[in-house]
Amino acid sequence: MEKTQNNRAWFLVLPVLVLVAFSAVIPLMTVVNYSVNDTFGNNEFFWAGLDWFDEAVHSDRIHGALLRQAMFSAIILAIEVPLGIFVALNMPKKGFWSSFCLVVMALPLLIPFNVVGTIWQIFGRGDIGLLGHTLAAIGIDYNYTSDPFDAWATVVVMDVWHWTSLVALLAYAGLQSIPQAYYQAARIDQASRWAVFRYIELPKMKGVLLIAVLLRFMDSFMIYTEPFVVTGGGPGNSTTFLSIDLVKMAVGQFDLGPAAAFSIMYFLVILLVSWVFYTVMTNLDRQEAK
Amino acid sequence: MRSRSSALVMTFYLLFLMVPIYWLVNMSLKTNAEITGTFSIFPRELTFRNYMVILTDPSWYMGYVNSIIYVVLNTVISIAVALPAAYAFSRYSFMGDKHLFFWLLTNRMSPPAVFALPFFQLYSSIGLFDTHIAVALAHCLFNVPLAVWILEGFMRGVPKEIDETAYIDGYSFPRFFIRIFMPLVASGIGVAAFFCFMFSWVELLLSRTLTSVNAKPIAATMTRTVSASGMDWGVLAAAGVLTIIPGALVIWFVRNYIAKGFALGRV
Repeated sequence: MEKTQNNRAWFLVLPVLVLVAFSAVIPLMTVVNYSVNDTFGNNEFFWAGLDWFDEAVHSDRIHGALLRQAMFSAIILAIEVPLGIFVALNMPKKGFWSSFCLVVMALPLLIPFNVVGTIWQIFGRGDIGLLGHTLAAIGIDYNYTSDPFDAWATVVVMDVWHWTSLVALLAYAGLQSIPQAYYQAARIDQASRWAVFRYIELPKMKGVLLIAVLLRFMDSFMIYTEPFVVTGGGPGNSTTFLSIDLVKMAVGQFDLGPAAAFSIMYFLVILLVSWVFYTVMTNLDRQEAK
Repeated sequence: MRSRSSALVMTFYLLFLMVPIYWLVNMSLKTNAEITGTFSIFPRELTFRNYMVILTDPSWYMGYVNSIIYVVLNTVISIAVALPAAYAFSRYSFMGDKHLFFWLLTNRMSPPAVFALPFFQLYSSIGLFDTHIAVALAHCLFNVPLAVWILEGFMRGVPKEIDETAYIDGYSFPRFFIRIFMPLVASGIGVAAFFCFMFSWVELLLSRTLTSVNAKPIAATMTRTVSASGMDWGVLAAAGVLTIIPGALVIWFVRNYIAKGFALGRV
């Protein structure tokens, strides 16, 4: 659509600007302030320059959390995206069962994050949980509170349970927008199932899949509540991801300076990824408009 | 043949989704003695005690009331400010519009953990700590950008000729917006409201940091079940089930729009 050039439109945007500035810019400035100051309490601050950043960049603790975070995001993306596409391809296209699938699949998305954690905590426990009990019954030694591998497996399966439906729903919406004529043409050409997927369905899903991948990347990159409830970041530090580490540092130990420096770097990473996301997406929008 | 294997795949997937939820419901209908003592797929002695505990104790059920109050406040604020902004983004190009849009997006993507401490200090210093409005405003951080994005996606689909015709017919902007334009994007408003509701409902980190007693959300109240006499698993499970219900009730109405909402109006 051709847009009219009109700078008075700013007045319409003003309420949003004020509100978001209040809840984003002011807190962010506080963080910046902390990140360059040192304090010994009593609201007295001393200029610390870039010391905290220096410390954060060279801290093994943060490197560890970052590495675990990157691994976690990579694993869940590698599982959720193919699985989501696979589920979407198998969903009924219309009728009651299609609605039924949509509703059941959306259900995990609407459960408060800590309840998701609680569900899996209860489900996985060896003494009272169905999963823990079944695994023990077939002779697998499973205990997510003491074994790092089991803790990881639980957190990953929980995330797959929680969010695969998001990928599936988006991919499904992309599939629904493909006109029947495309499939008929493919049938006339005797295209294989794989060819139909590769040359018709996948290109048509490109836009929504991009959104799905990036949403999943962002949300997994700032995951906090679910692993915190299930494992509390443990055993040891094995499931301490970036957000968990940050909250531990800022609220638990009240190390404001390092925590703030850490926050800012964390935020910059997110900003960079958002920018890539935005650029790619607006380019896609423009291509479609042509 | 193909449809049968599809049905099989879907059955497995839906089972995978439902079994943990079933287990939670199962636990909520058992007595604590049965939960820890025996292992059963169905509750042997069906009991509603766990639900009664929650529904008769104000410190429990007020958690739900608090959650609902700040979620509704947040939804109303978010939609009210996002409507004109989304209209501006969908109709006009103005100085800095693309940058502003991008900046809004970054707020949807920023980790709440970064904001937890500064929010705590900000709202404490202006005397809003432990109030519903504080949580509602804090959740605007990610809900307002989301609402703007979703609404903009829906508004783009309304042809501009409608605006022009209305102005020629002598409508003023506010009258046109409320009488003609809003009914046209009603489904978009519904979807945006649903998503604001949902993200405010599921968020815990900020709402827990910003409250202590008076506005404490149900999700934070749930940590109370750990007591000296051990875990009260039954009540914990019942509280979990009760938090799922509001979401489950509204899903049916928006089932065809869920994907569009998650895709920020871009399907």
